[in-house]
Amino acid sequence: MTVANVGIVIVSHSPKVAEGAADMVRQMVGDSVPLAWTGGNPDGGLGTDVAAIIAAIDRAWSEAGVAVLVDLGGAETNSEMAIDMLESGRREKVVVCEAPVVEGAVMAATEASGGATLDAVRRTAEELSPT
Amino acid sequence: MTPPAPSDPVPKTNAMHTGSVLLTNDVGLHARPSVKLTQLAKRFSAHIEFARATTGPWADAKSPVKVMRFKAAKGETLHFRASGADATEALAAIVALVERGFTAEDEESAQPPQA
Repeated sequence: MTVANVGIVIVSHSPKVAEGAADMVRQMVGDSVPLAWTGGNPDGGLGTDVAAIIAAIDRAWSEAGVAVLVDLGGAETNSEMAIDMLESGRREKVVVCEAPVVEGAVMAATEASGGATLDAVRRTAEELSPT
Repeated sequence: MTPPAPSDPVPKTNAMHTGSVLLTNDVGLHARPSVKLTQLAKRFSAHIEFARATTGPWADAKSPVKVMRFKAAKGETLHFRASGADATEALAAIVALVERGFTAEDEESAQPPQA
């Protein structure tokens, strides 16, 4: 496959949740998908941090795009803020998925590992959400 | 257990090929096996579906969420059908994956399956 796979970023208030979800993706889906996680605030407590989310997007960067999985509240708003702060040309290639963070990350990564587009990856993650 | 459809040297892109295979690994079609089945199906261009009975209802084998929700248990038979240029190769590969308990081709099939 010549086209890079979509990358996955996991954002949780808890670094343990984010790291654990990333472990599940790596063990279940494998290494073919760029993957990064972030969680916790700069003081070491529960929370999310815009700069850390931007750094995670950079680590999981793919020209095919990056799908961001978030848990609650600030994880979503800070992720949206992080995306807004990306330069034009990259910003358009990052989306926040409306999906449960752990299951969504595994499903999105499974879809991404087959070379799917960013839109298809997001749709697969969002297929998990109650309608 | 019905063997997969024999390969046909003449490509019949519109023909429906079928195969079925008994789930023998301890956990059945749980999380990791579901991901492996989806990933394998996605390597082929063929349209691939599977069901508990030859009458359906059929689920898209390339849909991570549909495969994960299928929740087939050990002892159930999975029926596959595929159409497209590489349908026979896809069916053979998928049946082989299930038969070896969803282990990678270079893994020992005697390894304990993981949920």
